[in-house]
Amino acid sequence: MTKATIFRWSLFFYTIMNKSLISITDYSKEELLQLIDLAYYFESHPEPELLKNKIIASLFFEPSTRTRLSFETAIQRLGGRIIGFADASVSSTQKGESLRDTIMTISLYADLIVMRHPIEGAARFASEVSRVPIINAGDGANQHPTQCMLDLFSIKKTQGTLENLKIALVGDLKYGRTTHSLVQAMSNFNATFYLVSPEELRMPASSIQTIKDHNLKYYEMKNLEDAIPEVDILYMTRIQRERFADPLEYERVKNSYILHNHMLDGSKDNLKVLHPLPRVNEINIDVDKNPKAYYFQQALNGVYMREALLAHTLGLK
Amino acid sequence: MEQRTELTVSAIENGTVIDHIPVDSLFTVVKFLDVEKLSNQVTIGYNFSSKKYGKKGIIKLANKFFKDDELNKIALVAPTATIITIKDFNIIEKKQVELPKNIGNIVKCINPKCITNNQDVDCQFSIINNPGEELKLQCHYCEKYTTKKNFMFK
Repeated sequence: MTKATIFRWSLFFYTIMNKSLISITDYSKEELLQLIDLAYYFESHPEPELLKNKIIASLFFEPSTRTRLSFETAIQRLGGRIIGFADASVSSTQKGESLRDTIMTISLYADLIVMRHPIEGAARFASEVSRVPIINAGDGANQHPTQCMLDLFSIKKTQGTLENLKIALVGDLKYGRTTHSLVQAMSNFNATFYLVSPEELRMPASSIQTIKDHNLKYYEMKNLEDAIPEVDILYMTRIQRERFADPLEYERVKNSYILHNHMLDGSKDNLKVLHPLPRVNEINIDVDKNPKAYYFQQALNGVYMREALLAHTLGLK
Repeated sequence: MEQRTELTVSAIENGTVIDHIPVDSLFTVVKFLDVEKLSNQVTIGYNFSSKKYGKKGIIKLANKFFKDDELNKIALVAPTATIITIKDFNIIEKKQVELPKNIGNIVKCINPKCITNNQDVDCQFSIINNPGEELKLQCHYCEKYTTKKNFMFK
C-alpha cells in the first residue's frame, strides 16, 4: 500500500470517526451521564498535558463572552493550543467567503473546531464538510448543546441526581434555546416541569410534545411565586423587550419575572437558582448572597464540562 | 351519433402513468419529476373527471420508468396518486405512492435564518406525519418545522 493510499484511508477513517456535537439530542442518556462523570473527573484532576500538540480552532462568527472564554480556558487547562477569531469581521467571511470554504480550510489546520455562528443549522452543515469534529457553541436561536451539558452537570452537582426532579423554567420559554434543550435533555430523567412565562412567551408546541412523548408531568403557569415552593431547580431566563408586539404588555409583565431574595423564603432546602447568564435584571443582586444562588458556580462548571466535551469528542477520554 | 362519455388521451405502449393527482398539485408534481428536462413524449391532463375525486390530474410519460424514491416524493403533495407501469400496452403494476421518511431539495425551509436560505446548501428534511396532525417537515439543519400549508417549492 502506498503512502498516498494510507493517507487517504486514514483521512476516510478519521472522517467517519468524526463525532461532532451539534445538538443535545446527538447524545443518548448513557452518554450524557458519562460526560457528567468526565466533567467531575476534570474538576478534581487537572490534565495539563491531555491536549498537548493539539490545535483547537475557536471560530466565533458572532460575539460571545462567556462561552468563548470558557472554551478557551478549558483548552488551555488541558494544554491545547488555540487558533481562531472572536468576531467574523476579522475573518475572511468579511470578504464573502462561504462557510463551506472556511470550514474545509480550517479543518485542515486544526484537530477540532469549536464554532458559534448566527445562522441556524450552520454547525450541522459544518460537521458535514469538516474533516475534524465540530463542537457547536451556538447556532443562532437553534442549539447550544454545551450550555445544556453544563446545566445538567450543575443540576447533578447540586441535587446529587438527575432523576425525578422538579424543575421550573422561567421567563422567555418561546425563544430561549436553553430551556428547549433542557426540556429535551431532562425528559430522559423523569423530570416534572413547571413552565412559568407570560402568555406571549409560552413554551412552543414542539417542546410540549417532547414532554408528552415521555409521559411526563408539566404545569404551565404565569405566576413565578406559585412555582418556587414546589421545585428543586429554579432556572431563570431573561425576558427581552423586543419579543413583545405590544410594549405596554411588556411593561405589564416584566416585573412579574424578577426574582428577589425574599421570594425564596419557604422554598425547598435543596433548591438552587440557575441562570445561563448574562443576567440583566431578572435576578435581583440581593439573591447573590443567598446560598441557593448557583449561577456563578454554574458558569465555572462550564469549564469542566467543556474539558470533558473536548476530550470526549477527540476520543481522548 | 354516439356521444363520447370519457375523455381520452392516447394510450402509451411503454412507460409510466401517474393518475389521481389532485388538480391543485398537478403542476407541482410536474415540477418534482423534472418533466421539463425530459425528451420523452409526455401528456399532461388537467381537470379530468374522476368518479372518486370529482376532478383529477394525470401524467403519461412514454418510455420513462422511475425508481420508487423518485416517485414517492410526489406523496408530499399528491397522497392519492396512483403509479401505473405500462409495458406493451398492458398494465404491469399499479400502486399508490408512499410517503418517504426523508425528502431532499424540493421544498424551502420556512426559517429565514436557516443556513439553506443563506448559503449554497441543499435542504434536507425528515417527514413527520403523525395521525391527526398536519403533515410537517423538520429541517435537518435548523431543526425547525415547515407545515404543509407553508410549503414553498423550489
